[in-house]
Amino acid sequence: MARTLTDEQGVKRYLVNLKVNGDNHTVMVKGNSLLVNVLRDELDLTGTKKGCELGDCGSCTVLLDGKPVNSCLVLAVEAEGREITTIEGVAQNDKLDKLQESFVNNAAIQCGYCTPGMVLSAKALLTRNPHPTETEVREAISGNLCRCTGYVNIVKAVMAAAEQE
Amino acid sequence: MYLPDFEYYQPNSLAEACRLMAKFGPRARILAGGTDLLHKMKHGQLEPEVIVSLNGLERLREITYQKGVGVVIGARATHNDIAGSALLQEKYRSVCEAAHHMANNQIRNVGTLGGNIVNAVPSADLPPILIALGASVKLAGSQGRRVLPLEEFFTGVHSSVIEPDEILTEVIIPDQPSTGSTYIRFGLRRSGALAVVGAAVAVTMEGETCREARIALGAAAPVPMRARQAEAVLKNQVITPDLLEEAGVCAARECSPRSSIRGSEEYRRDLVRVLTRRALQKAIKEGHV
Ligand SMILES: Cc1cc2nc3c(=O)[nH]c(=O)nc-3n(C[C@H](O)[C@H](O)[C@H](O)COP(=O)(O)OP(=O)(O)OC[C@H]3O[C@@H](n4cnc5c(N)ncnc54)[C@H](O)[C@@H]3O)c2cc1C
Ligand code: FES
Ligand code: FES
Repeated sequence: MARTLTDEQGVKRYLVNLKVNGDNHTVMVKGNSLLVNVLRDELDLTGTKKGCELGDCGSCTVLLDGKPVNSCLVLAVEAEGREITTIEGVAQNDKLDKLQESFVNNAAIQCGYCTPGMVLSAKALLTRNPHPTETEVREAISGNLCRCTGYVNIVKAVMAAAEQE
Repeated sequence: MYLPDFEYYQPNSLAEACRLMAKFGPRARILAGGTDLLHKMKHGQLEPEVIVSLNGLERLREITYQKGVGVVIGARATHNDIAGSALLQEKYRSVCEAAHHMANNQIRNVGTLGGNIVNAVPSADLPPILIALGASVKLAGSQGRRVLPLEEFFTGVHSSVIEPDEILTEVIIPDQPSTGSTYIRFGLRRSGALAVVGAAVAVTMEGETCREARIALGAAAPVPMRARQAEAVLKNQVITPDLLEEAGVCAARECSPRSSIRGSEEYRRDLVRVLTRRALQKAIKEGHV
């Protein structure tokens, strides 16, 4: 568990070690700090979006030890020592991941708000199951809402990326 | 949306967690996956002064088979832990299916069995199938431990017999005579929608004869309920399509659903009839699916 510090006013803070996209960060957070806010406000990783903030939309999706979770419902202290992947960590060496390329090539991005979450949910699927069926793709992204409703091309993009594997 | 302030504890033993809960009483809340608790706190529906996280108790996440006891699922097992458990896949795939078809993937990666039960909402997806399989829950408190049938756990919407200092540690599915079980839920969307009605059954078949049937319904009453009259219709009877329909009609009569935005009382009753019949058909024909 994270180290605790108490200031003169008696407010407790926690020194949390986060491994984000392969980099180690130590951040000081309050018990009620949400992971999404720490990523966006403390670490400047604003690719992670906030939509509903209630677990419904998936725009705040990050991978926690490889699994997609909604970072709006995770306390930052609870992420101590876990491996976090945000959308900023998907491209390696400044080169888009095949999946990201596929989103571009298949016009799977309209306003782009849902895209980070969509890509991460799809990435987790393809890591676990490199050749999914269309049903499996739809299931994997079913916790990610696209307000532009561009699902057809998103599914196409994921299927196309899977075929390239 | 921000969370109100609270004091946070992450004990690394169950005894310590119980001690903290006993110390703070109703001012404290257990945090498991947080998919419900943090949701309620953001809405201002709950404002605990203290949060006791179960995140440090890895052992509460195990799913094991204990000889003479049955399948023991730790309360902190997530829905995806349950859906993907090889042990459960082999013994009670119906439980894996129930976990797999609820909420959405992100929620299933953090939401836990314990939270799903202690929440005590009528539409929760895991209690019906667990009740149909005769599961018990183990509660640990500062005064010791107790085990009780899951069926007796719930007392109303958002209320149960759990004391403020108690922690649900495990759910036990006993070895049983039943030959088949299943859970069918109907939601307004296939993902991310709560069940309008859920029907779970466990049947003990001997050839064409049903020796025993246990039927448990979700979102059909203030608490997950057994449809005992429907069960009586089937007991020691040779199964025919007409008899299954009769059981469905009976279940629809004895349940007491409410009208809500997800469905009217009449609609829910009709769903109970249809889903009970379908669940029975499936469990009789296909086993624990
Ligand atoms: C978008 C969304 C969709 C959802 N869809 C569904 C759905 O389809 N079906 C469904 O059934 N539910 C659904 N839920 C509700 C919820 O996610 C589940 O009920 C989940 O199982 C709750 O578990 P948790 O670990 O997150 O609970 P938490 O939020 O951590 O806890 C819930 C309550 O239980 C108490 N608690 C938790 N664990 C214990 C324990 N071991 N001992 C004592 N008390 C405990 C907490 O104090 C709290 O009061 C959904 C929620 C969201 C946000
Ligand atoms: S912002 Fe987290 S799920 Fe919508
Ligand atoms: S592209 Fe606009 S929300 Fe999906």
